[in-house]
Amino acid sequence: MLFLQLFWSFLKIGLFTFGGGYAMIALIQSEVTVNHHWLTPQEFTDILAVSQMTPGPVGINTATYTGYTAVLNAGYEPWQAVLGALLASGSVILLPVVLMLLAVIFLQRTKGNLYVDNIFRLLRKVVVGLIAAAALQLLTADSFGHPGLTLQFLLSLSLFAAVFILSLRRVSPILLILASGLVGLIAYSL
Amino acid sequence: MVKYCELFYSFFKIGTFTIGGGYAMIPLMEQELVDRRRWMSREEFLDQLALSQSMPGVLAVNMATGLGYRLRGFRGALSAIAGNIVMPVLFILLLAMLFRHFRSNVFVERFFMGVRPAVVALIAAPVFRLAQSARIGWSTCWIPILSALLIWLFDVSPILVILAAVVGGFLYGRIKK
Repeated sequence: MLFLQLFWSFLKIGLFTFGGGYAMIALIQSEVTVNHHWLTPQEFTDILAVSQMTPGPVGINTATYTGYTAVLNAGYEPWQAVLGALLASGSVILLPVVLMLLAVIFLQRTKGNLYVDNIFRLLRKVVVGLIAAAALQLLTADSFGHPGLTLQFLLSLSLFAAVFILSLRRVSPILLILASGLVGLIAYSL
Repeated sequence: MVKYCELFYSFFKIGTFTIGGGYAMIPLMEQELVDRRRWMSREEFLDQLALSQSMPGVLAVNMATGLGYRLRGFRGALSAIAGNIVMPVLFILLLAMLFRHFRSNVFVERFFMGVRPAVVALIAAPVFRLAQSARIGWSTCWIPILSALLIWLFDVSPILVILAAVVGGFLYGRIKK
């Protein structure tokens, strides 16, 4: 029964999330802490922190971790919790994947259509603004520390500027992330 | 023709090494598929990005689905999705089991204090690179700026902004005709 509910909940979460994993978080939260009491709000916050700090899509990470913890909390064995985790992440992507496949097939058939072309010419410009908005929304004290003459804030600004410039010069993002992490590890340990 | 294992491997690298979610993955996907492998044009990549943002679901998985399908059909899409999420899922499962011992490690926290501003910069930088391939000039730069401000300052949903662009593009086509 719990597994069926997990499947249904995450199917809904996947279908009604627009705007990527960060938008998904609010939906998962209301579903698993309010509607079903699978997790305490405190547990959910912990899960969120881990999901954002580990590699991979935030929506997948949150779903996987939530599925695992919810089943474990209900008194099942760890191997069943692993199944719960796979079920949650599988059902969260099921409907979006089907819809995306249909959309791409449709668009490939309408290529060269004047209306579709015009829509995408405008959409390409708007999408650039959407990414800018994502970056602007991350300019927070969580990422940079509180503004002021503190080590964290000044170091964060320097890292931001350095990574920005190096990224424009096509230095590998993976290298930049690892280097920034090492700089943080050394600087904050001194 | 692109091989399934190549697709899997490309998305495996991207999924495994990106911290910070879908938006942080976009520049990696762009570099890997457009610049390094030359599997598709920047315009096609942007089309898929617009589509991925207007559809429900996890952004990174939507990208993997669409890009994988464009390159190698249905199985290509499955290869890309599998590559994209296999390591994150295994990693988070491991963490879920070990989290209590790991949570307050001061060195882990310091490492991430350095990573977070870098992640923001990695999202901001492609804005300028993508602006070129989206043919944004002085007469059209108000479009992305207005979109970003509406979302950032006025909390307008990105869905609404995308829907407005669809309607706008459609009407523009009608007028021109």
